[in-house]
Amino acid sequence: METTTKPSSLADVANAHVQKAPGTRALGTGLETRGIHAWFGKNHVLSDINLDFAAGTVTALIGPSGCGKSTFIRTINRMHEFIPGAAMAGEVLLDGRDVYAAGTDVTKIRLQIGMVFQKPNPFPSMTIGENVLSGLKLSQQKVSNKDELLEECLERAGLWNEVKDRLGAHGGSLSGGQQQRLCIARALAVRPQVLLMDEPCSALDPGSTLRIEETIRHLSDTMTIIIVTHNMQQAARVSDYTAFFLSDGGPGQMIEASPTNEIFSRPRDKRTENYVTGRFG
Amino acid sequence: MSTIAAERQVPAPRVLTTQPRFSDKVFRAVVTTGGLSSLIILGLIAIFLSYRGFEVLRQEGFHFLTSSDWSITTDDAGNVTESHFGIAAMLVGTILCSIIAVVIALPVSVFSALFLNFYAPAWLKKILVAVIDMMAAFPSILFGIWGFLVLMPSVEYWAKLLNKYLGFLPFFKLHPYVVTRSPFVAGVVLAIMIIPIITSVSREIFSQAPLDRIQAAYALGATRWAMIKAVVIPHGRSGVIGGAMLGLGRAMGETVAVFTVLNIVFQVNWQMLLGVGGNVASLIILKFGEASPYEIKALMAAGLVLFLLTLVVNALADLIVRSTGKSGR
Repeated sequence: METTTKPSSLADVANAHVQKAPGTRALGTGLETRGIHAWFGKNHVLSDINLDFAAGTVTALIGPSGCGKSTFIRTINRMHEFIPGAAMAGEVLLDGRDVYAAGTDVTKIRLQIGMVFQKPNPFPSMTIGENVLSGLKLSQQKVSNKDELLEECLERAGLWNEVKDRLGAHGGSLSGGQQQRLCIARALAVRPQVLLMDEPCSALDPGSTLRIEETIRHLSDTMTIIIVTHNMQQAARVSDYTAFFLSDGGPGQMIEASPTNEIFSRPRDKRTENYVTGRFG
Repeated sequence: MSTIAAERQVPAPRVLTTQPRFSDKVFRAVVTTGGLSSLIILGLIAIFLSYRGFEVLRQEGFHFLTSSDWSITTDDAGNVTESHFGIAAMLVGTILCSIIAVVIALPVSVFSALFLNFYAPAWLKKILVAVIDMMAAFPSILFGIWGFLVLMPSVEYWAKLLNKYLGFLPFFKLHPYVVTRSPFVAGVVLAIMIIPIITSVSREIFSQAPLDRIQAAYALGATRWAMIKAVVIPHGRSGVIGGAMLGLGRAMGETVAVFTVLNIVFQVNWQMLLGVGGNVASLIILKFGEASPYEIKALMAAGLVLFLLTLVVNALADLIVRSTGKSGR
């Protein structure tokens, strides 16, 4: 009996889209992390993470709460250091250059490596249009074709049709899912090479989540995306590669990183298998 | 199915009641007493001032606010034969000194609050916060004495400077040439008195700027100052205005410090460098000691006007805070 071809397992979901091969696109050489450790005060939270992110791919970071996924991506764009007492070791190489090298302008790094947060956080004092272009203002950049950029970013974030008639309304007047797409549009306006997404859909309803996942698939044509998610279905749906993080009470470690269809169909590590099959976490 | 549902009567909404617990009732009584007592005391003060000042207000009418003479003549028996009371000069002085104070204190306070929250190292912040809080508790007569002994001798230089470069503005005009004991000096003394108030309020509101928006700004490549402009100031604007109005209220009611440094002259003066002026509170302290019973009534009327002026300023502050409070939160 033929039923609808609804994918039944995570592996099927992951297989449903073609995985991008690394290094096929001229988007720079991507991002590499070498021996990343992180501390909060004396608390060692992340141990020896080595991961490569090929340009133009989507990588999902999965794992139970408290395993250091978010901390890890925050070391990539140097947001980690805002927390008092935070420290890190290792190197983050963007196009081969260490973002922690002495003399690096940290604001430039954050322009190249954008970030979308868990909770939508548009600037409430600004209009929708101003929100999208806020990154340019904040980093004191000038552009001539503001209107084009505005439309392009909202279009790519999948929000243009919903807000094109009310660009002068305040950012806070949008729904949660729209606000998050507004935040994505805002991150795109400064044209980052890499986009970090820290559980971007965890506060959203399924419909908005779907829209954002579509957006991620589109964006990966032009940038490298790293997404932290607790939703394994989401990892299977959007990512080319998946890395599994775990903490056994000590600092968080990366257990396994593979192409997404492999990690869900034949995980190499027993712990990964237990997690992706839902035995814990 | 739907026809049955349509025929069904729509019930009237039920009356919802709650039975508060005993402990709830006790607490409510305590809180209500506390809340109402301040209102009642304020009301009693207003009634007292109106009652005592009514006679003079009725006699002088609107002239009480618009004229500037303060004279009382009594015959040998001590009966009042003729009297003129007008506090226009004092009202102008009150407003002028307070505005000077806020104009000076506001930027200083906002910048020190930003410094304390976003730039100062932790150890320095701790020390400075303690010092500023101490300043808020400092007796005002000491500020007055400082103004008299330290500020006044040096103010001539500053007054000349202001007059030389900004003399084309009416406020900075200087003729005839008397600079010491001017509203400017009083304004500076008041500014120093209200800086701690505005700084504490601003510091508090700035520290509540939401972390997620601060991070969003940094993640977009903002420098610290760009982040402050985009997130912290829009968030804190209404609170800062509230703090400034609190400071303005304090400045308007200040008595001793102004009395120490200001030349109290019954002449309307908008030139802030000219040594002529006074404020309502210092008028009261000046006249109160030797006032006849009838003059005391006039002073009470002046007090009532000051009371109402303060109320108006506070209401205005509330209005501004409300209208600016929505955006940026």
